[in-house]
Amino acid sequence: MSAQEKELTNEQLLEMYRKMLLVRTFEEKCAAEFAKGVMPGFVHLSVGQEAIAVGTVYGLRKDDFISATHRGHGCLIVKGMPMRKMFAEMLGRKTGACGGKGCSFHMGNLSLGIYEINGILGSSTPIATGSALAMKKAGTEQVHLAYFGDGQSNLGSIHEGMNFAAIHKLPIVYICENNLYGISMRQTDATAIEDIADRATAYGFPGVAVDGNDVIAVYEVSQEAVKRARKGNGPTLIECKTYRWRGHFEGDPTVYRSEKEVEEWKKKCPIKRLKERLMGLGILTEEMSDRIIKEVEQEVEEAYQQAWNDPMPAPEDALILGFAR
Amino acid sequence: MRELTFMEAIREALREELKRDEKVYLLGEDIGKFGGCFGVTKGLWEEFGSERVMDTPISEAAIVGTSVGAAIMGWRPVPEVMFADFLTVCFDQLYNQAPKLKYMSNGEMKIPLTIRTACGAGIRAGAQHSQSPEALCVHCPGLKVVYPGTAYDAYGLLKAAIRDDDPVIVFEHKLLYFISGKEQLPDDEFTIPLGKANVKREGKDVTVVAYGLMLSRALGAAEKLQGDGISVEVVDPRTLSPLDKETIINSLKKTHRAVIVHEAPKTGGYGGELAAILAEEAFDYLDAPIGRVAAPDTPIPFSPPMEDFYLPNEERIVQGVRKVLGT
Repeated sequence: MSAQEKELTNEQLLEMYRKMLLVRTFEEKCAAEFAKGVMPGFVHLSVGQEAIAVGTVYGLRKDDFISATHRGHGCLIVKGMPMRKMFAEMLGRKTGACGGKGCSFHMGNLSLGIYEINGILGSSTPIATGSALAMKKAGTEQVHLAYFGDGQSNLGSIHEGMNFAAIHKLPIVYICENNLYGISMRQTDATAIEDIADRATAYGFPGVAVDGNDVIAVYEVSQEAVKRARKGNGPTLIECKTYRWRGHFEGDPTVYRSEKEVEEWKKKCPIKRLKERLMGLGILTEEMSDRIIKEVEQEVEEAYQQAWNDPMPAPEDALILGFAR
Repeated sequence: MRELTFMEAIREALREELKRDEKVYLLGEDIGKFGGCFGVTKGLWEEFGSERVMDTPISEAAIVGTSVGAAIMGWRPVPEVMFADFLTVCFDQLYNQAPKLKYMSNGEMKIPLTIRTACGAGIRAGAQHSQSPEALCVHCPGLKVVYPGTAYDAYGLLKAAIRDDDPVIVFEHKLLYFISGKEQLPDDEFTIPLGKANVKREGKDVTVVAYGLMLSRALGAAEKLQGDGISVEVVDPRTLSPLDKETIINSLKKTHRAVIVHEAPKTGGYGGELAAILAEEAFDYLDAPIGRVAAPDTPIPFSPPMEDFYLPNEERIVQGVRKVLGT
């Protein structure tokens, strides 16, 4: 048992397990409904990466902020976004997280500390950095968690944001979700370094690479970085090594990788891993796990049904908040 | 009354807004101790300190990007992009982020952001430090575009922009920093509402629409034409988006002829949009085709004779007016 597990109560560990299942179940529901053709647009799922969402967001203050990636449903759910609003947005409903004006990868809610997800890779980094500047100016000891993928890590705006945060010691934690692929390009073909975390050295703040499928390990490094940021000691870059089980988007034929590779990573399932750990600690039984799964499935199903029955916007609602001229 | 140049008027507007609202802060390259590349922010760093007047690295995506983030959190950043040409290196923040987040978030996010940028040709700065890219910005719903041509307007519009809850870009013609004479501004502070045009000179034969540096040249041309018995009305839209169509159309109803002047290249320029509006909404009042006086479709040359040839001047505006009058 690590020191951190000692800090986490049994209840908290079970809650983390439940949240990972919730994220997995939500996204599997998305995949199923998308496959039916009832969910328009583009859907990017994080199945296999749940330990990052739970490990980093769990333990944040309510008034802390996150800027998730386009594969960010998990982070939103853990930060408290109602699944009904998420499903409703993805179904184009008026009641959606953005009233149907956003989409899967623009959802957010400021009162829950969730910046709208950004569709332009790299661009949320300077924006989140500005939020951290505002937090520092206000002296509220809030922290902003800014996520990006391995593919995005090569964009110039990421460099500009990190450098800016470094010189002002801003309360921000940069989290690189390295799932090995930027659409079809393997990370090792896109960067000449093994660990993206190494780049932190160039900005003068710590960079840590962590097993992104180990939720406790992710939680541990994330909490340390959050504490550091809250104290005014500046940013940290955390690289979480993981793998996305599904395609870049639903419908991606994934011709760029082998089935064998996918199967190997499925063996490292973060949920299965936590389950075994909790059972080893005597906190969880097979029976309890089944019960949690059942509850979670019901919760997701109810949220979906409510969203499904919600009304569509009127076509001319498109003009509301438009720019009169 | 106070006597201020174009640059001094902008500086006073910034000073007063910094004093008025602690949520307002300035950031940009060399705007602090150095006082700005052109000297606009001179003295503000000394007065307000480096948290309110922040020097930044050469990092436009961070300058505008962090401003978007801080604006979401309720601050009122006023970033300076040293040359309008550099907007392209932060164009994503200008085009995809600041103007879209309010809509995408269904109104939850407000972006009270004012980007100031020095634009325009005439200082022998070559093709990448002389452009006037207002048309790129006007094409983006959600972004308000201001382009003052006088010290009075620059002062009042900048203050209004800073108080506005939406992103605004203010184009400041860099030649006006240096060549504008002193103007009389009231001692009491004032704002000019965004989206209000201004008739700078009344006339009855032809309407000339001009803004920025071209305003003074249009007024000069009007003066010359007056000597030949041609009465020119000069209308300055001041805010290009949202546009005060009414003032321009009312002027056309009186004169029945229109010439649009801008210093950006003609093709795809703002003049095309203005001409389309007049043709769509006031066609019956037109007695002649709408004229446009603009720069040629080339990058901006450096050498003085070539740059002077490139930039529309009083003579070209005079010719443009004569053409629509058939004289």
